[in-house]
Amino acid sequence: MEAYINGISAISPQNTFSGGLLPIEPVGYSGIRSLKCIEPKYSDFIDPMVSRRMSRIIRMGVCAALKCLSEAGIRNPGAIITGTGLGCVEDTGKFLNSVYENEEKLLNPTPFIQSTHNTVAASIALLLKCNNYNSTYGHRAFSLESALIDGLMLLNEGSAENVLVGALDEMTPELFSITDRLGFWKRQAIDNLTLGNSGGRGTIAGEGAAFFMLAGSRTETSYAKICSIRMLYRPSGIDETKSWIREVTGNGNPGLVILGINGDEKTDTVYEQLIEEAFAGIPALYYKHLCGEYDTSAAFALAMAAGILREKRIPEIMKTGRFPDVVPSRILVYNHLRNTDHSAILVESC
Amino acid sequence: MEQLEQKLKEEIITALNLSEMKPDNIDVNAPLFVDGLGLDSIDALELTVLLEKKYGLRIQTSEEGKKVLYSVKSMAEFIRSNNKG
Amino acid sequence: MPERVIITGTGIISSIGMNYEENLNSLRKGITGIGKNSHLETIYSDEIPVAEVKSGNRELRALAKVPQKSLFSRTSLLALIAAGEAVERSGIRNEDGLRTGLISASTVGGMDRTEIFFKKFRTEKSQGRIREVISHDVGDHTEAIASAFGIREFVTTISTACSSSANSILLGARLIENGILDRVIAGGSDALTLFTLNGFNSLMILDKRGCMPFDDDRNGLTLGEGAAYLVLESETAVTKTGKKGLCVLTGYGNACDAFHQTASSPEGDGAYMSMDKALGKAGMHPDRIDYINAHGTGTKNNDLSEGKAVERLFKDSLPPLSSTKSYTGHTLGAAGAIEAVFSVMAIEHGCIWPGIRFISKMKELSFEPVTSLTTGTEVRNVMSNSFGFGGNNTSLIFSKC
Repeated sequence: MEAYINGISAISPQNTFSGGLLPIEPVGYSGIRSLKCIEPKYSDFIDPMVSRRMSRIIRMGVCAALKCLSEAGIRNPGAIITGTGLGCVEDTGKFLNSVYENEEKLLNPTPFIQSTHNTVAASIALLLKCNNYNSTYGHRAFSLESALIDGLMLLNEGSAENVLVGALDEMTPELFSITDRLGFWKRQAIDNLTLGNSGGRGTIAGEGAAFFMLAGSRTETSYAKICSIRMLYRPSGIDETKSWIREVTGNGNPGLVILGINGDEKTDTVYEQLIEEAFAGIPALYYKHLCGEYDTSAAFALAMAAGILREKRIPEIMKTGRFPDVVPSRILVYNHLRNTDHSAILVESC
Repeated sequence: MEQLEQKLKEEIITALNLSEMKPDNIDVNAPLFVDGLGLDSIDALELTVLLEKKYGLRIQTSEEGKKVLYSVKSMAEFIRSNNKG
Repeated sequence: MPERVIITGTGIISSIGMNYEENLNSLRKGITGIGKNSHLETIYSDEIPVAEVKSGNRELRALAKVPQKSLFSRTSLLALIAAGEAVERSGIRNEDGLRTGLISASTVGGMDRTEIFFKKFRTEKSQGRIREVISHDVGDHTEAIASAFGIREFVTTISTACSSSANSILLGARLIENGILDRVIAGGSDALTLFTLNGFNSLMILDKRGCMPFDDDRNGLTLGEGAAYLVLESETAVTKTGKKGLCVLTGYGNACDAFHQTASSPEGDGAYMSMDKALGKAGMHPDRIDYINAHGTGTKNNDLSEGKAVERLFKDSLPPLSSTKSYTGHTLGAAGAIEAVFSVMAIEHGCIWPGIRFISKMKELSFEPVTSLTTGTEVRNVMSNSFGFGGNNTSLIFSKC
C-alpha cells in the first residue's frame, strides 16, 4: 500500500503555515520550556460566525485542513481522518473546572460538546458538508500513524479517491503544569534551537496541527509518496527495535533518517544506539527543537520529509553531526514517545 | 425599559462569543434563531443557562423556550413579567 | 477476494451483567440495568438514573486480576475484564505466530481518576496526587490491555464519540481484509464519570425517568457504563486453528451526517448512508436483515431521525427493531461493541431482543420497536447502528456463518 501526498499544511511554532514549509530560516525562542504555534489570522479562513465556538485547537485544525485541501485542489475529500493524542484539552479542562466550580449546577454545554476528540474532523466535515468516511484516532504517539494507515487502506480498497489526514495536539497552561509535575519537561528554560545538546532529563513541550492530502495517484502538487507506516508498542529491547526497523525499510537503506531526538538523555539513547548500528552511515536529521514534544509530533517530521523530497534541499537547522551533501530520494521518519510507542514512516520522492 | 434590552444584547454577545457583533447590530424584534441571527440549538441551551444564572429564571418546557428565546424583546419581556413579583 | 472476517469470541461487562452469560440472561428475562447510582458521587443521585456496572473498583480489580494497590482507571478495569473474557472465549493464544492487533475505543478514558486529581489540582496547582492523572488519555486503557495480552504490532484507540467502538470493529475488519493483520481484538470501554453525566445534563438530554427508546413520550437518554470486545479473525486463521466461528462480519458503513455538531439531520441522512453503505458492502438487499439493533438513545432527536432513515431504507421490508440501550443505558464509547455483542448473541441463540421501557408508538413513525422476546428463530443477519456527536455514524452487519 502506498499513497501520494498531494497537499500539506502545517501550523507549528515555525513559519510553516504562512511561509515556506521548510524551516530554512528557523524561528528561535530563547528561555522557553514550551513552544507555541504561530497562528494564522483565522478570520481569513473561517467565517467568525462559524468559528465563534471553536477553541484554539479546533481553529488550528480546521484552518490547516482548509489550506491543505485548497493546495491539493480538492473540495470534497473522500474521507476525513484525524489523530490526536489528547484531543481538545482546553475545552475538557474548561468543562471539568466548571463542574467543580458550579457544583454541578447550571453548566455551559459548549465546552462539553467540543471536548470530544472527533470535534475537529466533524467540524471540517460540517464546513465542507462532506458525508464521506470520517474517523478520529486518539492513541498517544500512534494517533497520526493510525490515521495514515486507515487512509492508505481506504485508497487501497478503492473506498476513497483521496483522503484528508490530519494530526494535532494543543498545549495549555494547565496541561503544562500537570505534565511538568510528571517530569516530562526540562527544569531549566532553554533556547529551543539548542535542544539537541542540552543534556539532562526531560524535553521541551510543543504543539501543532498538520494536514496531508493523500491520493492514489501523482498530481502536479505531489510532494512525495508514503510507502510504509508501522507501529511497535513497547519493544522488548533495542534488538527488537533494530530488526523491526529493518523490516520497515525492507531492501535498501533510506538515504536519510529524521529522528525524534528530544534532548532527554535517557530516552535519546535509543536513537544513539540506532545511529551507531541500524542507521550507521545514514545522515540523520532531527526536528523536535523546532516544534517541541507532543503526541503527534511525527506529523511535523512527515511534513519535513515530504518538503525535503519535493524541494530537494535540507534545512541546515535539522542536521545532526557531520553531514554529507546528499539529496535523498528515500526518507525514514522514526520516532518514539518515552520509549513506549515507536513508529516509523517511510517516504519516497515521486 | 430599553436598558434591559441593551444589557441582554451585551450578555448574549459575550455568552455566545459573537465577537464580530455589536449590540447595535442586533434588532430587538428580529428572530435570534435560523433566519435572524442564525443561532442554533446549542446557543439556545447557552441562553437558557444565561437566563437562569443572571436572572434566576428557569424555562420549564421546550415550547416555552421557543417563545421566550424568540428575540431579545421576548427575552426581556419574560424577565420583566417574572420580576414583577 | 478479501478475507472473510469471522467473529470467534466475545466478552462483555455492563450494568446488566459482569460477563457474557449474565448479559445474555438479562436480555432473555428483560431485566434493565437502569437505576439509582451507588458508585458515582454526584448531586443528581436522586434525580437522574444511570446504568452502572454493579461492582465497585475493588471488585473490578479482583475480576481484572490486577493488584488492589494499582491505579487503573475504571475504564481500564472494565476493558481488562471484557477483553479477557473475549480472548478466553475465542481461545486464541499469543504463541501461534499470527499477526494480532488491538483496537479499543473510548470517549473519556481515565476521566474517573482525573476527576479525583482535578478536584484538588484546580485550586492549587501543586496539589492532587499526580499518579491519578497518568491514565487520563483515551489510549491508556488500550495500552493496559495490550500489555496484559502481549500485543505489540498494532495497538490503537478510536474516539469518535458514541460510535467509537463500532468504528474499532469496522477498522479491525478492514485490517484483516487488507491483509495487514490475521486477527484483531476490537471493542471499547467507558466508565460513568461526573464529566459525562454533567455534560449530557447540560445538554438537557437525560431522561429523569430513565430512557424510553422509540417511545412517543421519550425525553432523553440514560448514561451507562461498560466494555465489550470481539475477537475478529481471518477465515484463513480460523481454518488453520480449526476453530468454530460464531458469525461473520459481512457489512459495515461509515458516513458523516455533516448536519450539526450535536443534532442529527431531521431525515437521518447520515444514518441512511451508513446503513446503506453497510448493506452495499454485504451485498445484501434490505429484506435480508432479520433484526436491527438500533442506536436508539431515547432522545427526541435521535430516535426520530434514525426511525425516519430506517423507514426510508427498509420501506416495506422493515425487520424487528429494538434498542438495547433500554437495558444498558448509553455506554458511549463502549456502546457500539456492547451492541455488537448483543447482535452476535442474537445470531448465536436465535433470539430477537425486545426493547423494554416502551409504552406508546411515536406519532411520526409507521413502526414501533419489538417488545416481546422471540426465541428459537433463525436469525441470519443483524444490523447494528451506532451514531455519534459530530455526525459520526457507523452501521455493522453480522451474519450467520
